[in-house]
Amino acid sequence: MTSLNSLLCGGLQGYILVALLLFLIGLGAVLVRRSILLQFMGVELMLNAANVALLAFARFRGGDPQGTVFYLFIIAVAACEAAVGLALVVGLYRHRQSTDTDRADALKQ
Amino acid sequence: MLKIAWLIPILPLLGAAFHGLLGRRLGKAAVTAVALGCTLVPLVLSAFALAAVQAAPGRRIDLPYFEWMAAGSLHVPFGLVLDSLSSVMALVVTGIGTLIHLYSVGYMWEEEGYARYFCYLNLFVFFMLTLVLGSSLPLLFVGWEGVGLCSYLLIGYYFDTEVASAAGLKAFLFNRVGDLGMTMGMMALFAAFGTLTVGDLLVQAGRLGPEAGFGVLSFATLMMFVGATGKSAQIPLYLWLPDAMAGPTPVSALIHAATMVTAGIYLICRLAPLFLLAPITLTVVAWVGGATALFAACIGLFQRDIKKVLAYSTVSQLGYMFLGLGSAGFAAGFLHLFTHAWFKALLFLGAGSVIRAMHHEQDLFRMGGLRAKLPVTFWTMAIATLCIMGFPGTSGFFSKDEILFLAWHKSPGLYAMGLLGAACTAFYMWRLMALAFWGEPRDAHAFEHAEESPATMTAPLAILAAGALLAGLLGLPRIWGGSFAIEGWLEPALTYGRPLLAPAAEHGGAGLAWGLMALSTAVALAAGFLGWRIYRRGPAAEEAFEGRFPALYRTLARKFYVDEAVEACILGPVRWGGNCLWKAFDVILIDGVGVNLPGALTRAGGDLAALAQTGRVRNYALSMAIGAVLLLWFFLR
Repeated sequence: MTSLNSLLCGGLQGYILVALLLFLIGLGAVLVRRSILLQFMGVELMLNAANVALLAFARFRGGDPQGTVFYLFIIAVAACEAAVGLALVVGLYRHRQSTDTDRADALKQ
Repeated sequence: MLKIAWLIPILPLLGAAFHGLLGRRLGKAAVTAVALGCTLVPLVLSAFALAAVQAAPGRRIDLPYFEWMAAGSLHVPFGLVLDSLSSVMALVVTGIGTLIHLYSVGYMWEEEGYARYFCYLNLFVFFMLTLVLGSSLPLLFVGWEGVGLCSYLLIGYYFDTEVASAAGLKAFLFNRVGDLGMTMGMMALFAAFGTLTVGDLLVQAGRLGPEAGFGVLSFATLMMFVGATGKSAQIPLYLWLPDAMAGPTPVSALIHAATMVTAGIYLICRLAPLFLLAPITLTVVAWVGGATALFAACIGLFQRDIKKVLAYSTVSQLGYMFLGLGSAGFAAGFLHLFTHAWFKALLFLGAGSVIRAMHHEQDLFRMGGLRAKLPVTFWTMAIATLCIMGFPGTSGFFSKDEILFLAWHKSPGLYAMGLLGAACTAFYMWRLMALAFWGEPRDAHAFEHAEESPATMTAPLAILAAGALLAGLLGLPRIWGGSFAIEGWLEPALTYGRPLLAPAAEHGGAGLAWGLMALSTAVALAAGFLGWRIYRRGPAAEEAFEGRFPALYRTLARKFYVDEAVEACILGPVRWGGNCLWKAFDVILIDGVGVNLPGALTRAGGDLAALAQTGRVRNYALSMAIGAVLLLWFFLR
């Protein structure tokens, strides 16, 4: 029961578990959904799972600024990445009149 | 004069270059002038060279120019040698060459490739003179191969006809077999003596005792003789010469009768002291020569093509020359070469004149009665026929009788072969004359339009006829009050390097000589008269003969089926083997296993790998995730 206790009372394991769940949910979205928009959201979730893990470890190590700074950097980069990604989504839609990634398979030839 | 002796071979080479590069542009007149000039000047120079040789000590002038090859112990100088043998031969080549160039002007005037023809012809004269005058065996070999090349080019002169190009190829391939022997002979001589310069070779061989002949010397001379059989069309390599008649007729006269085919005889004369040391080789030479003389004469009996008759006659006469050489009568063999050059060139040129008058008809059975239409051709050819049959007093009489006389002393069997061959020769020559010039014209249309050839063609005929009559005086036998002058003249060359050589044993008495002479003359005259008598009225008698002895007639007319046998026994299997190699080795192994199989494997592998490439981003993401999990498992386990 100690593990469950520490899990519920703010131990490291709880945060890591949340991060893992977030990551898997994101991965599932990327692998299962065919809409590029939803896949993109899955990618964002996976990214944020990493952020959660980073902050949890930073806190666990007694407020290590390295982890905090890293997290801020990732947020900034993710913002840029979101802009580029959304532009690609718009581009794909203009090109194909659809956001279905399974139909965007021209590289196969 | 000796300072410009190198011009003798070089001028025809320059002429060939001129014709080849500029001939077409400058027109026929310029080509004619240069071609004649480039043989006439060497002719004059050769005459001066002959005079210089006579004055020189030992009748020999060496003209080394520079070192051609030097590798290890091999030193080959590039030089000319003028001695009693080569200067006479050079005179024959340039003299007959000039006459035939002159004749060709008339004969080839209408042809498209006039400049090309004279380019080849001048090139031939250059190579022939290189062969004759070269001071070392490699230089002689250059000329030897060069005349082979020109022969190939000129046989295939009408290259747009299948027959001519096939005949050229045949000549080339047969000569290759002989050339292999020649190169092996040269290697053996180099291994034995360490030099390939003819003079040094003979000097070194002269120091050997008579027992040396049974080893390397026999091998080397035999190999040289193999080379000679190729070039001079002896059994078994004679098959190319009759086919070579596909070339223009003056070419047959110059190359395939008077000069190139005698290169084998010249080679043996050049190396006469070596051959004298190898009695086994001499015996082989004699028997091969005798067999060829008889065999080819038999084939000549029933040929219908006028040039084929003359071609087999040439093979047969070359056989006589080898018979003479093999009987140790080098001077006699060379004398026959000399006289044969005159009368056989004359016969070919006369045949060319007949063929031209008959609008390129070569079938004797379609000629007839041309005596009145072509008087000059008729009379000159009649003289040549008398010479070749050995009519007393003509040149062929002296040279052939000398050979038969020597053959008698070598072996009576050889004499019998020569005698029978002489009978056949007289028969087929008078058959040819009777069919062409006597009887009724069998092709009325061609006969009506037949005209005597222009002066450029008849003048060489007349000059050659005079030469054919008189050439024998060089070898007036002793019993006729002469001194067999050519033997004395050639002696320094034929015995070079062997000052101690015993003088040739005196053969028999005058009575024997008279007897043999009378016998061969009687046989030849009888056979000749018979040939003339039978065919005077046309070919009907031959058809009757064919009806009575069909097997014999067909065997002779089909040349003893030798061509067919070669096709079946050599060419067929070779072709079959080549076919097998092509289909089994080339198609299956090289193309299949070597080239196409790796290609097919790569392609199949690519196709297989392409299945994984679906183009769907979800699949790629999944494999990426699986990969990541596998990596994690690998690092964290």
